Amino acid sequence: MVDCLLLQDKLTSRMKPAITLEGISKSFPGVKALSDVSLSLYPGSVTALVGENGAGKSTLVKILTGIYQPDGGTIHVADQEVRFPTALAAARAGVTAIHQETVLFDDLSVAENIFLGHTPRNRFGFIDWKRLNADARALLSRAGADFDPTIRLRDLGIAKKHLVAIARALSIDAQVVIMDEPTAALSHKEIHELYALVERLKAEGKAILFISHKFDEIFRIADRYTVFRDGTMVGEGLIADVSQDALVRLMVGRAVGSVYPKKEVAIGAPVLTVSGYRHPTEFEDVNFELRRGEILGFYGLVGAGRSEFMQSLIGVTRPSAGAVRLDGQVLVIRSPAEAIRSGIVYVPEERGRQGAIIGLPIFQNVTLPSLSRTSRSGFLQLANEFALAREYTSRLDLRAASLDQDVGTLSGGNQQKVVIAKWLATKPKVIILDEPTKGIDIGSKAAVHAFMSELAAQGLSVIMVSSEIPEIMGMSDRVIVMREGRIAGRFDRAELTAEKLVRAAAGIQEAA
Amino acid sequence: MSKFLKNRELLLVGAIAVLLALITWRFPPFVAPANLARVYNDTSILIILALGQMAVILTRCIDLSMAANLALSGMVAAMLNAAYPGLPIPIVILSAIALGTLLGMINGALVWKLDIPPIVVTLGTLTIYRGLIFLLSDGKWINAHQMSDAFKALPRDALLGFPVLSWLSLLMIALVFLLMSRTALGRAFYAVGGNPHAAVYTGIDVGRTRFAAYCLSGALAGLSGYLWVSRYAVAYVDIAAGFELDIIAACVIGGISIAGGIGTVAGAVLGALFLGVIKNALPVINISPFAQMAISGTVIIIAVAVNARAERRKGRVILRKAEAV
Repeated sequence: MVDCLLLQDKLTSRMKPAITLEGISKSFPGVKALSDVSLSLYPGSVTALVGENGAGKSTLVKILTGIYQPDGGTIHVADQEVRFPTALAAARAGVTAIHQETVLFDDLSVAENIFLGHTPRNRFGFIDWKRLNADARALLSRAGADFDPTIRLRDLGIAKKHLVAIARALSIDAQVVIMDEPTAALSHKEIHELYALVERLKAEGKAILFISHKFDEIFRIADRYTVFRDGTMVGEGLIADVSQDALVRLMVGRAVGSVYPKKEVAIGAPVLTVSGYRHPTEFEDVNFELRRGEILGFYGLVGAGRSEFMQSLIGVTRPSAGAVRLDGQVLVIRSPAEAIRSGIVYVPEERGRQGAIIGLPIFQNVTLPSLSRTSRSGFLQLANEFALAREYTSRLDLRAASLDQDVGTLSGGNQQKVVIAKWLATKPKVIILDEPTKGIDIGSKAAVHAFMSELAAQGLSVIMVSSEIPEIMGMSDRVIVMREGRIAGRFDRAELTAEKLVRAAAGIQEAA
Repeated sequence: MSKFLKNRELLLVGAIAVLLALITWRFPPFVAPANLARVYNDTSILIILALGQMAVILTRCIDLSMAANLALSGMVAAMLNAAYPGLPIPIVILSAIALGTLLGMINGALVWKLDIPPIVVTLGTLTIYRGLIFLLSDGKWINAHQMSDAFKALPRDALLGFPVLSWLSLLMIALVFLLMSRTALGRAFYAVGGNPHAAVYTGIDVGRTRFAAYCLSGALAGLSGYLWVSRYAVAYVDIAAGFELDIIAACVIGGISIAGGIGTVAGAVLGALFLGVIKNALPVINISPFAQMAISGTVIIIAVAVNARAERRKGRVILRKAEAV
């Protein structure tokens, strides 16, 4: 208790917070995204926000930037209670966010990007280009950048785009800067430039909220930490007072596995063997074996190279080296069509972009990769197509009035069922599911999990790429963790713990 | 009623019926069966071309070079005939189709292998193909007297009371309908346009499918080249100049989405017929050709607006009760 008070004292004594959130709650239909969350950000200090996927970090950022409205709770900026009904209101109050993929305009100049919306005008009301470029240059140098403000944004790398975003934040005199996984897409050198920038912002007295999954950088640049789990704040304090292990325990501290419909399946002989897979820029040294009836989980942070590897495995991109054996036969896969023919199918992550074909009816979506089987002498047979579509959609308990209906009229969960039915209808040996339950409701999630178990029980081999620890732990027989394009850990179900997964994914050494 | 409004093809049939009723009010003989057959015959080439354009648009591409392809293929057919009057007409037609296909393949290959935006590729080839006609013909016309009688007669020959031209367009409608509804390639056209990313994962080669669409549009443009030149009994550099816009207009009026993935053979045919009726009817009710262009333009904008509304109104189904409908 005394410790706690002391900590409180340390946190607040030095200065007043730039922004304080108290009792913030936010619900979406069926999900409580945030409940009673409080957070203070202090001038000249970096607060790291850590938590698993789905812990509520993004929701918090969206509330802070005026994109979502909280259901309850208050926000104070400099002792004044404020509301952010719009993104503009948040910006006016001095809160700005720098996203993973910065929201800037590629074909405008750097200076125009910095001043978009508050461009300096001359006395005739036209843009004052001289002042625009001079002011932009001054702001860029404050952000530590030395490039010409008149060049097009498109010609800059992501790290430099971050600098432009920072200069923009400075131009509107932002006091609170939110950085949402700013290093996720950066190279090593660029990351160090970003750290320098954070130091400079600290020196200017900005309050910084730094969201990251990478423990090394949190411990390097943050002064404070706040941990979210399942929409609640479960711990906060000074980075100096906490160990990496303690932080990991705070993040994952919960029992998982019980609610997953995992069936005990006798694991059979190896079906798929991948050896020495590498790509010039995306991944290297990927070796593993997938057995009959097995669900193999692929865990890792976003951008660890899991999806890139899978896409290479099914022939969307070409690896620079590597060999695949399916049932002992060496396989050369040059296109997705060849992968499908050999019995390896991939259910992609972005359902909207890569999964369902909106505009085609449900049955045509299902039969699209199986047309050679349902056709006779080169002509499509609609009756066969309907039969095939009916068989697989009913197995997935698809809710639709008619198989003739446009797949775009279905809910997200039902669209996902159509996509999975499409792949099952090809009678695969290996099915790769990339984030199979991302963004779908709980009921559909359970149906997808149950079905995955059923598939494994029937002797199919499943690779499940997932960034959700409960799902990985609940469904996998074995887990491979990838980090920065390499396999960073392999775990059997028996030895699996959330801590081990997080450590391997974030690159934390085992505590002695 | 609302179901009727949602069905673009029925809506278009209705619009054509209203149009015919208006024309009949001013000029009753227009709807005489013989005249309607004549209007259909006059629209046949546009219909054939619209079928090819439709395939291309379905894959999220566009073919601006169709009319130039037609003119070049037609010129070559006419020159072949003028140089070798004894060459059997089917051989001449096949050469026109082969050349048209080749020109389509060039478009398709540029879009597929070099990944150049289709509008840029076909804008370029449109100019190149027109230029080639000039180089080939030296800018000279090939006139009726240089063409053999058989060459000129074929489209006009009557078969069961209708000109061969009409029959050919009906045959093409049937073939393209079969291709679209009953073959994996036809299905691939829709899939590629509807969601190119998803199509890749489904094992469809997006580039190859687009290439096939350009081959089809090229082949149909080549066939139309012969039909045009023989029907009007003249070939020169500028035949069918600007006709590419009529072809695209027919598709757009017919409800084929410029964004790809949506459209039917019936829509393309009806869109072409709608334009054909306007083009044939306005002169007989004394509306000037300039007003005709304005009217066609207005119709195109209305058609696009109607289609955009139809696509917007759908919305997502979130309510459970809506899902059951």
